[in-house]
Amino acid sequence: MSDLRFTKDHEWVRLDGDVAVVGITDYAQEQLGDVVFVELPAVGKTVAQGEETAVVESVKAASEVYAAVGGEVVEINESLGAEPGIVNSDPTGAGWFVKLKVTKRDEFDTLMDKATYDAYLAEIS
Amino acid sequence: MSERGITTEHRALMLEEPLIFEQGAEGRTGVDLPRPQTDDDRLGGVARRGPIGLPGLSEPQVVRHFTRLSQKNYAIDMGLYPLGSCTMKHNPRLNERLARLPGLADIHPLQPESTVQGGLELIDRLAHWLKTLTGMPAVAMSPAAGAHGELCGLMTIRAALEDRGDTRARVLVPESAHGTNPATATLCGYSVSAVPANRNGRIDLAALETALSADVAALMLTNPNTCGLFEDDILAVADAVHTAGAFVYVDGANFNALVGRVRPGDLGADAMHINLHKTFSTPHGGGGPGSGPVVLSEELAPYAPLPWVVHDDAGFRLVEHGDGKELGRMKAFHGQMGMFVRALAYMMSHGADGLRQVADDAVLNANYLLARLSDVLTPAYPGSCMHECLFDDEFLKGTGVTTLDFAKALIDAGYHPMTMYFPLVVQGALLMEPTESESKDSLDRFIETTRALAQRARDGDAAWFHACPQFAPRRRLDETSAARKPVLRWRPPDKDAAA
Amino acid sequence: MLRAIGVADVDALFSGAPIEARQEAGLNLPPHAGELAVEKKISDLAAKNLSAGSVPSFLGAGAYRHHVPASVDHLIQRGEFLTAYTPYQPEIAQGTLQALFEFQTQVAMISDMEVANASLYDGATSCAEAVMMARRITRKQKAILSGGLHPHYREVTATHAAYVDYNIVANPPDALGGEDLASLVDEETACVVVQNPGFFGHLSDYAPLAAVCHGHGALLIVVVNEVVSLGAVVAPGTMGADIFVGEGQSIGNALNFGGPYLGLFATRERFVRQMPGRLCGETTDDDGRRGWVLTLSTREQHIRREKATSNICTNSGLCALAFTIHMALLGEAGFTGLARLNHANAIRLADRLGQLNRVTLLNRSFFNEFTLQLPCRADEVVAALAERRILAGVPVSRLYPDQPELADLLLVAATEMNSESDMDSLQDGLDKILR
Repeated sequence: MSDLRFTKDHEWVRLDGDVAVVGITDYAQEQLGDVVFVELPAVGKTVAQGEETAVVESVKAASEVYAAVGGEVVEINESLGAEPGIVNSDPTGAGWFVKLKVTKRDEFDTLMDKATYDAYLAEIS
Repeated sequence: MSERGITTEHRALMLEEPLIFEQGAEGRTGVDLPRPQTDDDRLGGVARRGPIGLPGLSEPQVVRHFTRLSQKNYAIDMGLYPLGSCTMKHNPRLNERLARLPGLADIHPLQPESTVQGGLELIDRLAHWLKTLTGMPAVAMSPAAGAHGELCGLMTIRAALEDRGDTRARVLVPESAHGTNPATATLCGYSVSAVPANRNGRIDLAALETALSADVAALMLTNPNTCGLFEDDILAVADAVHTAGAFVYVDGANFNALVGRVRPGDLGADAMHINLHKTFSTPHGGGGPGSGPVVLSEELAPYAPLPWVVHDDAGFRLVEHGDGKELGRMKAFHGQMGMFVRALAYMMSHGADGLRQVADDAVLNANYLLARLSDVLTPAYPGSCMHECLFDDEFLKGTGVTTLDFAKALIDAGYHPMTMYFPLVVQGALLMEPTESESKDSLDRFIETTRALAQRARDGDAAWFHACPQFAPRRRLDETSAARKPVLRWRPPDKDAAA
Repeated sequence: MLRAIGVADVDALFSGAPIEARQEAGLNLPPHAGELAVEKKISDLAAKNLSAGSVPSFLGAGAYRHHVPASVDHLIQRGEFLTAYTPYQPEIAQGTLQALFEFQTQVAMISDMEVANASLYDGATSCAEAVMMARRITRKQKAILSGGLHPHYREVTATHAAYVDYNIVANPPDALGGEDLASLVDEETACVVVQNPGFFGHLSDYAPLAAVCHGHGALLIVVVNEVVSLGAVVAPGTMGADIFVGEGQSIGNALNFGGPYLGLFATRERFVRQMPGRLCGETTDDDGRRGWVLTLSTREQHIRREKATSNICTNSGLCALAFTIHMALLGEAGFTGLARLNHANAIRLADRLGQLNRVTLLNRSFFNEFTLQLPCRADEVVAALAERRILAGVPVSRLYPDQPELADLLLVAATEMNSESDMDSLQDGLDKILR
């Protein structure tokens, strides 16, 4: 279990060995409002860092979720299909989107840590 | 039963009404049809088995049902409908009567041309008005609505470019554009690049020049734009686009501000759709039908879609098959004839002078709203506006009231709200378009109401706003659960569950 | 008002417009006219047309003349329906929304599909939208169009797909029915589009074709442009269609010289997020009472912009309302009865015309429209009968001018509107001309 890293598009990523868990941040779910639908990729698909990997929808908005790190999709959060509201209630826990088998570990290291992300949030809001 | 001490859910004239599927009886019908003379079947073995499930209602049940439903709607017939960018103007009833004349409503699109000369002449005459009002040499009449017209116009541009061996990949769209613009460009196979606005809410000419290159096919521009502002650099904008070898597509949704006063053809437009259901008063009907003829420049005219009407000594003819240069066909048959009749009746009633006054009065009314509300709401941009005025939500800052709450409070005050949260470039946008249909008295009453609401928001009455509307047929509706677990049709109750 | 605004005159408000573009002289168009004058002029134009109801009329080919009960037009002219906008403020648009919910349910029921949208422009544009939707779902790039699909639908589909890298394979016109589409379906196929009854009137069971499509990961799109037929014929959904496309004009709407009409569109629940057009859904309000809203809007252009499922915005709202009211009046008994009546009239007419010397009925099966083979060009016969004030039908050459082998074919439709004496006139007129 390692700490969370963040992107400027408000995704978070956590590394469990060579598997990266990706989701959207509390700030992102707050901006979106009630999440009503999450479109997830097929397991087995390979995505590059920064590539679109999921779509998250509220009543009035739809946002792309980008792969915070590159890799192969090894698992998707099936429970979001029936209960998309988990993204709102527990964005960095049960509301995760995809698990990626990481190919380039150094991509993780380029992302913001919590302090940097908090400073970034303070700057944009 | 009810907590209010009465035994129904009705409240005086506000009558609750179940779905038709929850009423009726098996075998009942509201139409008295003759009996078929034979039960023979030539259906080739595909005769329907099993019931459809439609309910059986009598005529009085149906009339009552839809009359009750109608009373749950706000409409321009009931009052001011300041929905920006939608041009909710009065729909004259003469036009309705004329569109229903059997000689126009009861003609089949594939009757021999000799039997529909009046219909073809009407299309030709409407085309003449549209070309003259816009200063453009050609018009494609068949598109069914504004977005369909956009598609037609942009496809025409692509066809013209390809015909000259010029493949281009991008379409430029200002940030404030209607959502249809980028969606249309994608359908034409183009990628979309956004062009930013300047501080005055107009297209940033310098940014446009930077964005223009040999792979840009067109700029899609609304004028006046969706902020209600005239693009005053329009000639320079058009020049820059043309110099780059690209075309200017004008979204004509806001033509009501210019009609009879300014011809888009003189502003450098190469193609523009016209929403007959906006500028020329054909009714919106709760979402349609519309009609979106597209005027075209000389260069684009050869690519116009089928069909079109021509006139010679023998009379009017319909060209339904082209020489291969044209786009093809945008819809079945010849266009939205029912809308053509209404629009032509509107044009003839107003004439060149009356249409000019339409633009004058629409712009005057919007500026009057802007002037009388500027000290209590916050205008998004300085200066006067065209046919609609735009405010941001700065005036609500710190009140705990949002644009949405403000709009819902207007409902309780007896008005349809303005357009909210559009254009996207303005924070918490409130876009108001009064149209020329409103008198000064009507505007003054709306202004007083809006001012009072703004005062109430400043007074810190946020909780009251959050509870609005309280007097509409429904309180605020839960859109989140509607989207999370969509129920998009009625289904018969589950018999097992009921038992 | 000018004082409040702070300008001297209205001209000042137009100062943003370039001087050279301002129309100071006025346009070369007539001045305003009074109500009487406008009514007279447009009535004069109307009088130059031969209205279909004033003579025996047998035209179909995608537009049908049916009885519309008087209460339909009365109700849709209520200002609360006629002059409302799209229901963006649901609390004060429950009337329009509930009617749309009923419309969606009716369309899903008659087509035996799971979910229908709140209408598109017309049958032809709906067909194009369905073909585009199949491409999004299957991510394949070939569409096969039946030779029994209305030629305008074929052209409109080709136009809409022109610039999106889509291979549209149009099978040759299928005047005799019985074309083999199954052998054309392969792994690259996104969809097959058939029409039932077909353009030439033939009816088919498309269940076997549906199975072939599904075996290859393709979708079956079934078009019905005479929607009354669904009261008598097995529904597209029952046959296994993935998308149902219809022209709803026949129910509630006049001929109108071709528009406005009503695009019907329905599909399976699992495809709903790829469906174009507005959708109305059920929910509750703050007091827990049932109500309706537009929903799943994130598919649409105003939110999704360049990623939307379609650019459609305006639909056929009022035509859909007319459909809903007419269908509510008919009910199960009325709708199926209307279909039987149409079929019975068409059988009677087909038998009478088929007996004429040198006239051949090409259909073994049909609903209310069939194809006759004449001993000469059909358009000449139609023109000659029009001189005698009989609208005999649609010559196939009107829609397929480049196919000389179809020039002797005439499409003839009979609905509940055709009386025995209408049939006498046509039989008699045709007999005289061909003799």
